[in-house]
Amino acid sequence: MAHRIVILGAGTGGTLTANRLRRLYSAEEATITVVDRDDRHVYQPGLLFVPFGLTHSEDIVRPRGRQLRAGVDYRRSAVGSVDIAANRVTLADGDTLDYDVLVVATGAVLVPEETEGLTGPGWMERVFTFYSPEGAAALEAALAGFDGGRVVVNIVDMPIKCPVAPLEFCFLADWYFRERGIRGQVDLVYVTPLDGAFTKPVSSRALAGMLAEKGVELVTEFNTGEVDGAGGRLVAYDGREVPFDLAVVVPLHGGAPYVGRSPGLGDELNFVPTDERTLQSKAAPNVFVIGDAANVPASKAGSVTHFEGETLVGNIARFLAGEPLEPGFDGHANCFIETGFHKALLIDFNYETEPLPGHYPGPVGLPLLKESRLNHLGKLMFQWFYWHTLLPGRDIPGIGAGMPVAGKTPTATSEGAPQ
Amino acid sequence: MTIATFATTDVELNDEGFFVHPEQWTEEMAPELARREGVDDLSEAHWTVIRFMREEYLTKGSGPTVRVLGKASGVSVKELYQLFPKGPAKVAAKIAGIPKPRGCI
Repeated sequence: MAHRIVILGAGTGGTLTANRLRRLYSAEEATITVVDRDDRHVYQPGLLFVPFGLTHSEDIVRPRGRQLRAGVDYRRSAVGSVDIAANRVTLADGDTLDYDVLVVATGAVLVPEETEGLTGPGWMERVFTFYSPEGAAALEAALAGFDGGRVVVNIVDMPIKCPVAPLEFCFLADWYFRERGIRGQVDLVYVTPLDGAFTKPVSSRALAGMLAEKGVELVTEFNTGEVDGAGGRLVAYDGREVPFDLAVVVPLHGGAPYVGRSPGLGDELNFVPTDERTLQSKAAPNVFVIGDAANVPASKAGSVTHFEGETLVGNIARFLAGEPLEPGFDGHANCFIETGFHKALLIDFNYETEPLPGHYPGPVGLPLLKESRLNHLGKLMFQWFYWHTLLPGRDIPGIGAGMPVAGKTPTATSEGAPQ
Repeated sequence: MTIATFATTDVELNDEGFFVHPEQWTEEMAPELARREGVDDLSEAHWTVIRFMREEYLTKGSGPTVRVLGKASGVSVKELYQLFPKGPAKVAAKIAGIPKPRGCI
């Protein structure tokens, strides 16, 4: 009998997993069913550019179904719940799907309502987020009409998708207001719960230096307890306040709500506890997890999801064949950081090694931790690779899943394992 | 790495003041550890948090973040900041003798 593989979510992880599995198994060997609640696949890295008029929502959204290979069954419905003991998914429309292997690929969702005041007065008027297509579009209009004052960029708490995106927003805002000739009338402030600009020491120092260079004030260890849209201030749990005229807030994230309705599947935040090397869930041996839905200590980023694909699909095949799983995933992440003025920098790291200077993917390659026009072109080109190489589940020539070390310069101050 | 003495026992602390060996911790050390962090009296509410932190660390391998504490410990995030004004997750982890909660990346 054919293996029954059910994949929840048709975003980056679900799509590339379905396409890789479809190439691996014939129709007689496995049925592959992908479930998603809507048919809008958003190229999420593009959201950063929407507020500055550099791209538009319609240019970064494509139908989900069309990214899936022939022979993948696409079911459009929200998920009701998963019964991991019975190996059964109940859809919101009442249908059920029985599985031999389940892949959780439903990513992270925004939960702005968990922060006091955030969705209250001023939300989508002077308090915005660019983490949703609607928010990014509303922010574009607000920025276009903004002629001076305090713009505050705030991360409420980690984890968030693409932890470098709020920094990129600051760099692009500096560029944007300069282009408009009003940078002198705008104060830019970056307010983070972390104790520095970023999580890992070497890149944190480099990025803090870039904020300072661009005249962005850095406020650290600020745990936002309330967003007062009417009064124009962020209030921290320890009583500190940061005033704003316009706030760009990255709301709290959680896993998909159905995870919370599925006994034994998720943690307190609805992320799925997952082995960080094999990508098998800790909930049940036949449940695997890819991308932002997992609680692994890697960035919630498309590059991580991409690099996870190979290990995930290999381990699903091993599981179905009754073979031991391979601890193949090393936490590899790779991020272009847009810095404005047609430049970008690139960072590359994994569970053990923090982002280091040097070149990627080898001694002759893109400069790491350093601004360059080449990296900016790399970032722009990536959208093409995303639709045409990454989602179809093909490998990008020269880019392996594991983190490369050739071309990197260890620094005396670099630390080993991330905490 | 430094050696410090609490409740007449030597323990190893890392550069940030977290226990290197959580198994060296005993409940008798908590009041002294708390005073070092500016918490003079440990109330029952403090103890609820400290015990929850240790329990989470021992079962999951990492102490919880403030947000998880607020959801799962029965003490709200607001109250947590009243109990540990300098940062609930970090300070409670030090008092509970567990490593720094693994921040998310």
